[in-house]
Amino acid sequence: LMDRLKLVLQYFQSNSESISNGICIILSLISVKLYTSFDFNCPCLPQYNKMYALGVMLVPPVILLLLGVLVSRHTGVLMEEWVRPLGNRTKNPAVRKFLLSSMLQRALLAPMVWILMTLLDGKCFICAFSMNVNPKYFTGIPNSTGLELIKIMAKVPCKEDAIFKNSSFRKAVSRYVRCYSQAIGWSILLFFIFLGAVGRVLKPCFNHATFLQTRYWSNYLDIEQKLFDETCVLHARDFARKCVVQFFESMREDVTVRMPLSNALRPSSIHNEHEEEEEERLHGITRQDQVDHLLQTWYECKPELDLCIMLDSEQFKLWTMPGKKPHPTI
Amino acid sequence: MDKFRMMAQILQSNQESFMNGICGVMALASAQLYTSFEFNCPCIPEYNYSYGISMLVIPPIWFFLLGFVLNNNVSMLAEEWKRPVGQRRKDPAVMRYMCVSISQRSLIAPAVWISVTLMDGKSFLCAYSMDLDMSELGKNVSGHGLSQEELLRTLAKIPCKHIYDGQHILSREAATRYIRCISQAFGWLFLLIITIAAFLIRAIRPCFTQAAFLKTKYWSHYVDTERKMFDETCTDHAKSFAKTCIKQYFEGISGEIQSFHDHSRGDDSDDEDDKPATEEDKLMGVRRQDTMNKVLWDWHTCKPPLSLRKSGDASTEQNGDLYYSKV
Repeated sequence: LMDRLKLVLQYFQSNSESISNGICIILSLISVKLYTSFDFNCPCLPQYNKMYALGVMLVPPVILLLLGVLVSRHTGVLMEEWVRPLGNRTKNPAVRKFLLSSMLQRALLAPMVWILMTLLDGKCFICAFSMNVNPKYFTGIPNSTGLELIKIMAKVPCKEDAIFKNSSFRKAVSRYVRCYSQAIGWSILLFFIFLGAVGRVLKPCFNHATFLQTRYWSNYLDIEQKLFDETCVLHARDFARKCVVQFFESMREDVTVRMPLSNALRPSSIHNEHEEEEEERLHGITRQDQVDHLLQTWYECKPELDLCIMLDSEQFKLWTMPGKKPHPTI
Repeated sequence: MDKFRMMAQILQSNQESFMNGICGVMALASAQLYTSFEFNCPCIPEYNYSYGISMLVIPPIWFFLLGFVLNNNVSMLAEEWKRPVGQRRKDPAVMRYMCVSISQRSLIAPAVWISVTLMDGKSFLCAYSMDLDMSELGKNVSGHGLSQEELLRTLAKIPCKHIYDGQHILSREAATRYIRCISQAFGWLFLLIITIAAFLIRAIRPCFTQAAFLKTKYWSHYVDTERKMFDETCTDHAKSFAKTCIKQYFEGISGEIQSFHDHSRGDDSDDEDDKPATEEDKLMGVRRQDTMNKVLWDWHTCKPPLSLRKSGDASTEQNGDLYYSKV
C-alpha cells in the first residue's frame, strides 16, 4: 500500500499541470451542479425581468472566475515572482506572462460552462427577452384580462400564471425565444472550439523555442516553491524533535555526564549515527534567528540560478549567518 | 532522501488536507441539514420576522462555533497564548496567523448555510412578506377595502400555501416570485462579496507581507509539530519508564540483576546503524517521578529557547541573546 501511495504522490508531484487541469475540471463540474440545483425564479414583472436574468447569467461567472484564480497554484507563484525584490536573480517577464495566461485560460473554463448552460437551457433568455417579442406573430394572446401588453409578455416565463390557462400562446413564445438562445449558445461554443483548435495548430509556428524556455522556467518556479515548503516542513520536524530531546536531557538527574569527557561514557553514544543524520538534515540552522534570517532572505534576495556557486561551502556558510549577503563569484 | 520526501509530502498534505477535509465535510453537512430541515413559517404577523431571521442567522453561528470545537489547533492556540514567557518569547504575529487561519476555515460552513438559505428564499419570504409593496406588483394599493391590520394579516399568510385567503387581492405566486427574486439577488451578492474578499486576501497579500508571512507560517507549523513531538516523546518515555520499572521490580524480587542483558544484545550486531537504542537511552536520564513532574511542569511554565546545542557539546546550553526580528 505504501508503494502505491508513493507512486501516486510521485505522479502528482511530477505533473503539476495535471493537478491544475484536474482542479479546473472539478470547478466546471461544480458549476454544472450549481446551475442544475439553482431554482431559477423569474419575477415576471416588466421592470425586473431583464435585471434578474442578466444578473443570473453574469454574476455567477464572475464568482467562478475569481474562485478559479483563487484555487490555482499558479496564482501564488505568479504573485510572488511579480512582487519579490530583484535580489540575485533577474526577473523574466515572459515567464510571468506565461503563468498569467495559463492561469487565466484554466480559470475561464468554469464561467464559460455556466454561460453556455444558461444559453442552451434558455430560461434566462426567455425571462430577459420575452418582452421584446412582437406578439403579432403568435395567435391566442389573452387580451381579455385588461392588462397592458407588456405586462402580459413579461408573464410569459412563468408557467403557473392563470392568464395563460387555455392557450398555447405562452408555449409558442417560449419556444421561439429559446430557439434564439440555443442558437447563440451553439455559435459561441463553436467559435471557442474553432479558436482553440486554430491556436493549438498555429502555436508552434511562433517562437516555439522561446515557448519551451518559458514553460521550463515557470514549471521550475512552481517546483522550487513546493520543494522549499517541503524542506521547511522537514526542518521544523527535526528542529522540534531535537528541541524536545534536549529539553528532556537538560533535566537529567545524573550530574556526572555533564563533564565534557569521552563520548563513550555518555549513555546516548549509541545514538550518534542517528544524531549525525538529524544534524545533517538541519543544515546547520539551529536557532530561531537563523531560521528567521533564512526565510527573510529567501523572499528578499532569491539565490541565483547557478548551482556551481552553491557548491562553494564558504559561500554556503555565509548564507546562514545573519546580516551578511554573499556576493556571487564567477 | 526519497523516504523523507515522501514523508514530508504526506505530512504537509496530511495536515492541510485533513483540515480542508473537515471543512468540506462541514459545508456538506450544512447544505444537507438545510435540505432536510422542514421550514415551518408561522404565518402570524408577530412571529414571522423573528422566525425567518433566526433561521437565517442562528445556524451559521452554531456552525461557526462547531468549527472551532472540531479544530485541533484551537487548543494549541490557547496554550501558546496562555503560557508564561519562560525562555522563549511569544510572537503575536504567529498567534494572529493561527487565529486567522482557524477562523477562515470555520467560516465556510456558515457561509454555505447563508447562501443556500438566501437562494432558496423561504426564510426571506417568511420574514419580509408583510413588508411587500403592492405597487411593485402593479396592484392598486388601496382598492381592496381592508384595514391596515387585516391587510398585514393577509400578507403574513403569503408563505403558507394552504391558508392564504387573499387570492382576490394579490396573487400569492406573484408575490412569492417577487420576494424570492430579491432573496436570490441578495444571495448572489453575498457570494460575490465573500469571493472578492477571499480573492483580495489570497491573491493580493503577497504584495504586502510575503517575508513576514513565510516566517509566521513556519513558526506556527513548528509550534504544532513540537507539540506532537513532545506528546510522542512523553509516550515513548512512559513506555521505557514502565518497562524499566517492571524489570527492576522483578529483579528485586528474584534477586538477580540482568542489567547486562541489553548491552550484550547490542554488541552482537555487527552493523552499527542497526544498534537498537536501549531502554536506558530512551529514558534520557529522567528516572524519577518528581523529575518527570518537573519536566512536564516546566514544559508549560518555562519553554526552552529556540536554540539547539551541537551534539558534542555537553556543557551548559547557550544562553545567548535571542535575536528577535520585529516584522
